[in-house]
Amino acid sequence: MPGLAPATLGAIRISDPVRERQPDPTRRRPSHSLKYSIFSLARNALSHHEHWPRAWRSPAPKPRYDAVIVGGGGHGLATAYYLAKEHGLTNVAVLEKGYLGGGNTGRNTTIVRSNYHLDPNAHFYEFSLQLWEGLARDLNFNVMYSARGVLNLVHSPADMDTAMRRGNAMRLNGIDARFMTRDEIARWIPNLDCSPDARFPIHGGLLQPRGGTVRHDAVAWGYARAADARGIDIIQQCEVTGIRIERGAVVGVETTQGFIATAKLGLAVAGHTGRLAGMAGLTLPIETHVLQALVSDPVKPVLDTVVTSGAVHFYISQSDKGELVMGGDLDFCNSYSQRGNLPIIEHVVGACLALFPSFGRLNVMRTWGGVCDMTMDGSPIVGKLPIKGLYMTGGWCYGGFKATPASGWLHAYTIARDEPHPRNAAFTLERFAQGRTIDEKGVGPVPWAH
Amino acid sequence: MLLIPCPWCGPRAQIEFTYGGDAAVQRPSPEAPEAVWVAYVYLRDNPAGPHAELWLHSAGCRRWFKVRRDTRTHDILGSASPGAALPGAPT
Repeated sequence: MPGLAPATLGAIRISDPVRERQPDPTRRRPSHSLKYSIFSLARNALSHHEHWPRAWRSPAPKPRYDAVIVGGGGHGLATAYYLAKEHGLTNVAVLEKGYLGGGNTGRNTTIVRSNYHLDPNAHFYEFSLQLWEGLARDLNFNVMYSARGVLNLVHSPADMDTAMRRGNAMRLNGIDARFMTRDEIARWIPNLDCSPDARFPIHGGLLQPRGGTVRHDAVAWGYARAADARGIDIIQQCEVTGIRIERGAVVGVETTQGFIATAKLGLAVAGHTGRLAGMAGLTLPIETHVLQALVSDPVKPVLDTVVTSGAVHFYISQSDKGELVMGGDLDFCNSYSQRGNLPIIEHVVGACLALFPSFGRLNVMRTWGGVCDMTMDGSPIVGKLPIKGLYMTGGWCYGGFKATPASGWLHAYTIARDEPHPRNAAFTLERFAQGRTIDEKGVGPVPWAH
Repeated sequence: MLLIPCPWCGPRAQIEFTYGGDAAVQRPSPEAPEAVWVAYVYLRDNPAGPHAELWLHSAGCRRWFKVRRDTRTHDILGSASPGAALPGAPT
């Protein structure tokens, strides 16, 4: 091939002028960083694991960065990591008001999947699932991706038609999908009540075999460590209190650790995106709602897949610690409180017992809540905001965890090039005013109904 | 469990009610410019703090009313019939 072949990811060029800037070699890989391997594990075992280096630094903020990311959860850390890795942008800070992964990254139920019907969602989440598949190797950190399958139960002939339609749409988009009969499911999951007289009779199910779970905390830690190793400053206990804008462009952020100048500001604060955007004078098509989850006491392995039911509003999997992790619907009223109310817990437990009667012997060990950006069409907003230098990845509704790698990758691309990638081009803020909503469930602008 | 004060039935458990969303949203006139309609359909203030909202006493008197509730604590600050003013900050 004549000339220089640009770096590619699939058919997409990712080489650009930003990438050609030479990063400061002193910031490339801090001396404390260490490659995790069987050898480092053995070496540290000899010294009783007392000499492992810190996985990332805790630097004081510099007065100016090329880009600042607000939010030290999975999405913000992933954005910073891919800014450094894909675009050579390493003079970047991640600002976190609490501690890393202390928000929704540490509160979700760890499910990953790409079983979407609409094309923009299917392409986006499939890209994310492909990144999950290679993430542990990429980050040199075991994120414990477990392709245990995600099974959506079907409870009526109408449900069956919908599941077939979605499965076919997935296959047309190159995504794995398989319809399972009731008998196949009954053999695979003996605890599940597949009898004809069950409270919610099971007619079959749509399985995505490559779906599954990922250890949520490890995602934050793995991205943080890998971003830090590439020179990104991760600054915890640093809350953004204002966004400074001059002549229609971002010039920096006010924080609890002082003013930090930057011309590129990315928001990765789902649950609180409305508040941060409000600091820039924007009102978003988002409401904040609380989603609860709960775990049982830990037991030996009883469930080796993820089971969900749209009709019953319920999903369940078993963690590696043995707890059954389950959840259901939102609490259905605006909330920033990170805790919910008992009626939803009661509903989730009721649904669990209807599907898995034997789980009635377990105790609820712990319940918690996380606050979600609920958008007006149930799909995220990943891209530019109408102020120069301001970007966001948010509006995840209650499905943000599985999006983490793609969200970070595409947010980074949009920030570095000041234009969206084809994979996030549809997820604009402007789509609402333009009538281009991406409404997977088709319920209209009722944010708590998605 | 929220204890929601229905203006007609008094305090009742949350499970008797259905949420109706932001009570500050006002339907524009049919002649209003498109941007006003877009804001009405899609944009929400989404405050972290006191929030004026609509509730329906669906398993009770089946009437709509307004509640002011703090979205950070779930404390209910007051309720009123749809035409009346809520106690506390103006809606």
